[in-house]
Amino acid sequence: MIETRNTTLKICAALSFVLCCTSCGGIHNALNPTGPQAQNLSRLWWLFFIVCSVVFVLVMIALLLSLRNRTGEPQVATAPVIEPPAEQERKRRNVVISAVTITVIILFVFLIASYSAGRSMTAELEHKNGLNIELTGHQWWWEVRYDDVDASNIFTTANEIHIPVGVPVTFSLKAADVIHSFWVPNLAGKKDLIPGKINTIWLQADKPGVYRGQCAEYCGLQHARMALWIVAEPQEQFNAWRQNQTQTSVTPASDSQKRGQQVFLTSTCVMCHAINGTPAGSNIGPNLTHVASRNMIAAATVVNTREHLAQWIIDSQQYKPGNKMPQNNLSDADLQSLVEYLQSLK
Amino acid sequence: MSDIHPGSPGMPQPVQNPSDQRAFDTNEGKRLFTQYNCSGCHFNGGGGIGPPLMDEKWIYGENPENIYSTIVEGRPNGMPSFRQKIPDNQVQQLVAYVRSMSGQLRKDVAPTRNDSMNARRSEQRTERETPRRSSPPPQ
Repeated sequence: MIETRNTTLKICAALSFVLCCTSCGGIHNALNPTGPQAQNLSRLWWLFFIVCSVVFVLVMIALLLSLRNRTGEPQVATAPVIEPPAEQERKRRNVVISAVTITVIILFVFLIASYSAGRSMTAELEHKNGLNIELTGHQWWWEVRYDDVDASNIFTTANEIHIPVGVPVTFSLKAADVIHSFWVPNLAGKKDLIPGKINTIWLQADKPGVYRGQCAEYCGLQHARMALWIVAEPQEQFNAWRQNQTQTSVTPASDSQKRGQQVFLTSTCVMCHAINGTPAGSNIGPNLTHVASRNMIAAATVVNTREHLAQWIIDSQQYKPGNKMPQNNLSDADLQSLVEYLQSLK
Repeated sequence: MSDIHPGSPGMPQPVQNPSDQRAFDTNEGKRLFTQYNCSGCHFNGGGGIGPPLMDEKWIYGENPENIYSTIVEGRPNGMPSFRQKIPDNQVQQLVAYVRSMSGQLRKDVAPTRNDSMNARRSEQRTERETPRRSSPPPQ
């Protein structure tokens, strides 16, 4: 009995240790801030956490001391005390007054810290003109449109957002169906995407890397599998990526790829997806012009491999039950060509 | 056993569209009606480039199988064929929705509200029209 209890304790200790370790790093972690926005939030969090912990410990110590210094059993049947001892009463009043004063001061410190953090996160919004991205939430994926003064540089992609390191990026947040919420813990706080309204948020990544984002407002069946990646990279790398994204899709090279394109254009695909440079121009599903350049498919649900892509086309419901992509009955040869074509769309 | 029955031949069994019984399907049909750009010609059911769908007139019949073949086969004077472009179950959802536009479905199945522009009453509040045959409008 005792042995099992010991083992359980050990497992619990080991588990909490592992959890503590993972909480210090990671690509989906508000305590691992890599941008000014997230740093603001994390500073605020540590301030609240430390002050509240200290207050809690002090209150507990005071409680324990007062329990220990009890003066015997309460006397019930004696005559009531009419006048408490003046000296003791003054002492107690001083304790209460100083405790209340300290509490009020702490609350004011919190108020000021929280207000100034909030201000610094929104105040510079108008001046941050580095890069403008329009982010639209769909059930259950993210449409990403890079704005530009030059219309030929505007392009649309999905679920994977590349940003240059050290440059503030402004997001205009929209929703196509229900309320979603944009949340990349390492870079910024949450902001809702609301149908019929445009919200704005800016963020900046100080270190290159991949950061995970997640829808943070329950939006239906596949809310949990509505994730995105933010890829922060040096400016030259970002420019090269951007240059490639503004191009129309590559023309199919092999016979198989040509057949794949025909399959795409003559089947159900074309009703919802767009591939720039072909007649496919619908905007219901993700834009597939450069689908092969993305690392994940289905809103960061599975890795973009040949097998996953084929399985997703035939029966996407096995990965994300309830998603809006229908099942497709394609022959083996058609499916092979289609996947080959999609994989050529770098 | 024999298929031959005494007396006059009975009425043919009407084709049942399973989506007619499901509120989810009619709502999906409503979403697809906009997304597949049916509204590009039929507008919000009032018609424009294509004939209206919310009235009592039916050029090619008001039964589910008629509407199904209109979508899949296409019709003369502009209605394109969506064969292989729309999966079967989605066509059924569209058929159910088209029927709900003139109040042919039960009230608890028809869509209850419009998602965006309130161009007309919701299908649930649409009075049931009595279908009648009509010829195509003169070109």
